[in-house]
Amino acid sequence: MKKEILSAVVGVAAVAGLGAAAASAATLDDVKAKGFVQCGVSTGLAGFSAPNDAGDWSGLDVDLCRGVAAAVFGDAKAVKYSPLSAKERFTALQSGEIDVLSRNTTWTMSRDTQLGLNFAGVNYYDGQGFMVRKSLGVNSALQLSGASVCVQTGTTTELNLTDYFKANDMTYNPVVFEKLEEVNAAYDANRCDVYTTDQSGLYSIRLGLSAPDEHMVLPEVISKEPLGPVVRQGDDQWFAIVKWVHFAMLNAEEMGITSENVDEMMNSTDPNVMRMLGKEGAFGDSLGIGNDWAYNVIKQVGNYGEVFERNVGASTQLNISRGVNALWSKGGLQYAPPIR
Amino acid sequence: MGTDMAHQESVSAGADDSGRASLIYDPRVRGFVFQALLIIVVAGLVWSGLTNAHDNLQRAGIASGFGFFKERAGFDIGQSFIHYTNDSTYLRAFFVGLGNTLVVAVIGIFFATVIGFIVGLARLSKNYLVRKFATVYVETLRNIPLLLQLLFWYKAVLSILPSPRAMGIEPGSEIAFSLNNRGLYLPRIVPEAGASLILFTAIAVLAVWFVLGRWAKKRQMATGQQFPVFVTGLGLFIVLPLLAFFVTGMPLSLEYASLQGFNMVNGWVIQPEFMALLLGLSLYTASFIAEIVRAGILAVSHGQTEAAYALGIRPNLTSRLVIVPQAMRVIIPPLTSQYLNLTKNSSLAVAIGYPDLVSVTGTVLNQTGQAVEVISITMLVYLTLSLLTSAFMNWFNASVALVER
Repeated sequence: MKKEILSAVVGVAAVAGLGAAAASAATLDDVKAKGFVQCGVSTGLAGFSAPNDAGDWSGLDVDLCRGVAAAVFGDAKAVKYSPLSAKERFTALQSGEIDVLSRNTTWTMSRDTQLGLNFAGVNYYDGQGFMVRKSLGVNSALQLSGASVCVQTGTTTELNLTDYFKANDMTYNPVVFEKLEEVNAAYDANRCDVYTTDQSGLYSIRLGLSAPDEHMVLPEVISKEPLGPVVRQGDDQWFAIVKWVHFAMLNAEEMGITSENVDEMMNSTDPNVMRMLGKEGAFGDSLGIGNDWAYNVIKQVGNYGEVFERNVGASTQLNISRGVNALWSKGGLQYAPPIR
Repeated sequence: MGTDMAHQESVSAGADDSGRASLIYDPRVRGFVFQALLIIVVAGLVWSGLTNAHDNLQRAGIASGFGFFKERAGFDIGQSFIHYTNDSTYLRAFFVGLGNTLVVAVIGIFFATVIGFIVGLARLSKNYLVRKFATVYVETLRNIPLLLQLLFWYKAVLSILPSPRAMGIEPGSEIAFSLNNRGLYLPRIVPEAGASLILFTAIAVLAVWFVLGRWAKKRQMATGQQFPVFVTGLGLFIVLPLLAFFVTGMPLSLEYASLQGFNMVNGWVIQPEFMALLLGLSLYTASFIAEIVRAGILAVSHGQTEAAYALGIRPNLTSRLVIVPQAMRVIIPPLTSQYLNLTKNSSLAVAIGYPDLVSVTGTVLNQTGQAVEVISITMLVYLTLSLLTSAFMNWFNASVALVER
């Protein structure tokens, strides 16, 4: 018996000890050496990151990864995707399994400071909402006391839900799953009355339910959910690349540069455009990548407005309006520092 | 002369060598040295592993240490057997998960054992139908992966039940029994003032029952006279608490479930996640236990039965006093493995949303980001559970082992 205990304890300690491998600092060198960007995405959230019929990934979050690949390699296709559950995502990034996490992940202080991660910006301003069956006759989240609520584990959603019901002195019964598909299935099977996650997610999930028209998203937005790409701490160069790919897409929209007119814009004499497209200055060099980095991003992926419309905008089934995600110049929150 | 000296020297050198050699070639000393070396190497590896992990975490800017256990958890857990709110600490959340695992494991072990023994005996039945039915049970359940079975019970059986609203339950009316997709609702027994006397009486009767059993056995050994312990004990166990119930003025009431708003409230609820996990674990493990029981009984030579019959012992008593005690020796060691398997398999709960230890610590891991700490603690807990189960079963095995004279 004593021997068993000793050997077992030694085994556990050894496994635990070897768990943390060192993540190397120069992500850009690694990425260049292997020839592609390893990007962490969701396991399937239409409009943000989901594989299509042919198995190609598309979505707002996916386009950010493609943008990074376009900036580094001049080829937006040089990306490999790792579908991750909410629970797996940070560990995958910490351990170096992925180079960038672009998976509708909320920027919070504890995630920024305790996990060894950096948020490289906000590519979608979201807020948490509730979805219910129309047949329940509910039209406000304040009427949800006593309901069973389906929620995915390991999310800020789970915590906001608790806070909201507590603040409004209501009770609820949480039904928690690890995988998004399991939450969807449980809600669809009427295991819960309410589904809660980010509003964009609710619209996306609703499309996948057996009868989308029988469900509605309640008007209340109970939290701020700034979603954005995440990288490891301690590699400022890679952090800057991801950050500036996002900014380049925003600046391109602001300057009116699109994937269609970017070639004409190469002839522009506007110094702002010339700096952006690499005709003036050496901004790519300072990031350790080619000076045509922004050109490649815009040409192959598009500006932020194009990406938004293509993936979640009015022309898609999701039909999400720009709202707070409009450019600052149009009353929204999307604002990028200038390239200069 | 010269040769003599040389000879003497070589002799004395030989004697010295043999003195040292006895130490080097002593298997006990050698064994001790090698084991000590092994321990040093293993300890060194563990130490370097731990410091390596610690250094890397620090370099990557990831928080480490166990301080987070004292912080507020901030998330809710669907079911809990100890008091827990979102204001409780992570440590408490951890214990909620542990409690949920223990409850499902203990109840699962109970049902798996009962079903397993019944099916195992049924496989040896002389009745063709019973025997074949048991065989089909064992062969089907034993050969389908447990995770699939859990998903079957959860998604294909319990999830397709209608919701309480869809069942047309009148809001507010009291329901004595309802099985819907929110769970199994039964009345709850609510103790009022004086109810503790009933419980106290029941416990007292159990104690009396035990003492009575010891006394009856002793008397039978001494005089050969038998005493109907079971019937007396059961009679007392029913009559006395019932008497206490009436004497104290019926201090128990039933609380019925009723539909209010979205959900059933009050009453006693068994949630579908728990039911699915319990069903899956008990039925799956029972199929293995059935085979162990069958093997154990077949391992007792038929000569034992014949000898018992020759002594005029009735078939019923033969199996109870001759076959089963000998079969138990064979049954218990593999039974221990099945109990350990069941406990460990309960971690599959995470797939069907039952908040067991793995599921809750998964949430803790996510909210705190401290993977190394959380996972190593979880592993240690499962290890402790398994070793405790093992220790108990070893003790039990020793108590039923053949007494060799």
